Amino acid sequence: MLEEIIIAGFGGQGVMSMGQLIAYAGMLEGKSVSWLPSYGPEQRGGTANCAIVVSDELVGSPLVTRPTTAIVLNNPSFDKFEPRVRPGGLLLLNSSLVVRASGRKDIKVIEINATDLANDLGNSRVTNMILLGAFLEYRKIVSIESIVESLKKVLSPDKHHLIDVNKQALKKGASLVNIARI
Amino acid sequence: MGKVLMKGNEVIAEAAVHAGCKYFFGYPITPQSELVAYMARRLPEVGGLFLQAESEIAAINMVCGAASTGVRVMTSSSSPGFSLKQEGISYLVGSELPAVICNIVRGGPGLGNIQPAQSDYFQVTKGGGHGDYNIPVLAPASLQEIVELIQDAFDIADRYRTPVIIMGDGMLGQMMEPVEFGEYSEPIGQTKDWATTGTRGDGAPKIISSLELDAESLEKRNEQLQEKFALIKEQEVRYETYEIADAEYILVAFGTVARITMNAIQKARKHGVKVGLIRPISLWPFPDKPFIETRNKVNGYLAVEMSAGQMIEDVRLAVNGCAPVGFFGRTGGVVPSQEEIYEKIMSFAGGLPV
Repeated sequence: MLEEIIIAGFGGQGVMSMGQLIAYAGMLEGKSVSWLPSYGPEQRGGTANCAIVVSDELVGSPLVTRPTTAIVLNNPSFDKFEPRVRPGGLLLLNSSLVVRASGRKDIKVIEINATDLANDLGNSRVTNMILLGAFLEYRKIVSIESIVESLKKVLSPDKHHLIDVNKQALKKGASLVNIARI
Repeated sequence: MGKVLMKGNEVIAEAAVHAGCKYFFGYPITPQSELVAYMARRLPEVGGLFLQAESEIAAINMVCGAASTGVRVMTSSSSPGFSLKQEGISYLVGSELPAVICNIVRGGPGLGNIQPAQSDYFQVTKGGGHGDYNIPVLAPASLQEIVELIQDAFDIADRYRTPVIIMGDGMLGQMMEPVEFGEYSEPIGQTKDWATTGTRGDGAPKIISSLELDAESLEKRNEQLQEKFALIKEQEVRYETYEIADAEYILVAFGTVARITMNAIQKARKHGVKVGLIRPISLWPFPDKPFIETRNKVNGYLAVEMSAGQMIEDVRLAVNGCAPVGFFGRTGGVVPSQEEIYEKIMSFAGGLPV
């Protein structure tokens, strides 16, 4: 198994932490992982992205130019990364903010209005977790349980009360992919 | 302790603490500022001292002072800041003081940018400061290797009384990977009887200095230094090879770029091109041996660097005209992709000029 993921959106959408959670969960499951942030002169509200590699073998390049999965949270990131998804790969869109549609027939496209759904859950900041839940349901590279386990380690104890809403968001995202399959 | 997920810059810092480094003097600069911040928090916990100097020049001179007392000490910077340290580094060599200096290289020249680069290769391997000298330079490719090489760096520094440079790029500093910190113990039997810790009235005063006004005496001192460099060249060569047993073409790359080339090599092999990799880990001393062993067997070498072509000069010296040496590089903070390296391999193997 070799999964090369790019997650991209605005700074503040939780793009970086999503990637770190995948890497952390992969590590907990004994896989080889790497996480590489874009770190230009970025600013709040600007675009940000990170590359995650999860593999059964030692990770070679931590840099991902042709991802097997791109998770895209805003329009500028769609323009940049939609053409780069490898044939047969996955493009997961936050359709609450991405108004573009992909014309590509050689990849799987999943659209989820994650920001709206996060607002329904009462916390717009779990948009990223809804997408993460959907991604992991479709491409089972790590388990949701490992993500929750990672959350406990990544979040400082005073933020642990947020684990519940994050869990709900992960489950919500996963359930949407199930429905889409039926 | 088990595996932990950390940023490269933090791994450098924690590995240094594990290796017994209790003193750090530095000045923040992207993309290595996390290293400085980590040391600021961590060193007081182990009874050490962190001090943010007023400049890189001050920091390297503080390193000179601390090293004179025989303690394990480190500083770090990125390209423009590393340039500022050159005078002090030359003084460290001249005074034969052990220290570890990290350069997390970014795009240059000048202020350049903050993206990954390897364009300080000449500066770290050929001197950089004034005078006749070389410094051992170690270039890790993964975060786990950082742990090993930082320990080696402190040991080499003490063994030969020399500064040692760790060279990484912005990508290595910023990325996260799982790492494990094993138990480390300093080599036994090393006494630093030269350290200026006071004579307590039982001997001559100890003096650490690089000043020698008499020409004949300074030449003698240079000869001693050259003997030391020759010994390091013999003892401290480090490299790794990948798929070179049957290789018809060999890529040469170090640090994170070497990892990217490995993906390209795997793809090229799937397409029937027998290609391998020599990865220098010590940039100085440069590993001549794997080139001497392969240069009469292969069809050519391809140096891949994040520079306009610097390591390639050492590759050419090692190959010594026995095989063609091609080059592919990106500059200014652009990281070569596995796809474009693959294209270069295919055209190089197809006999096209690179």
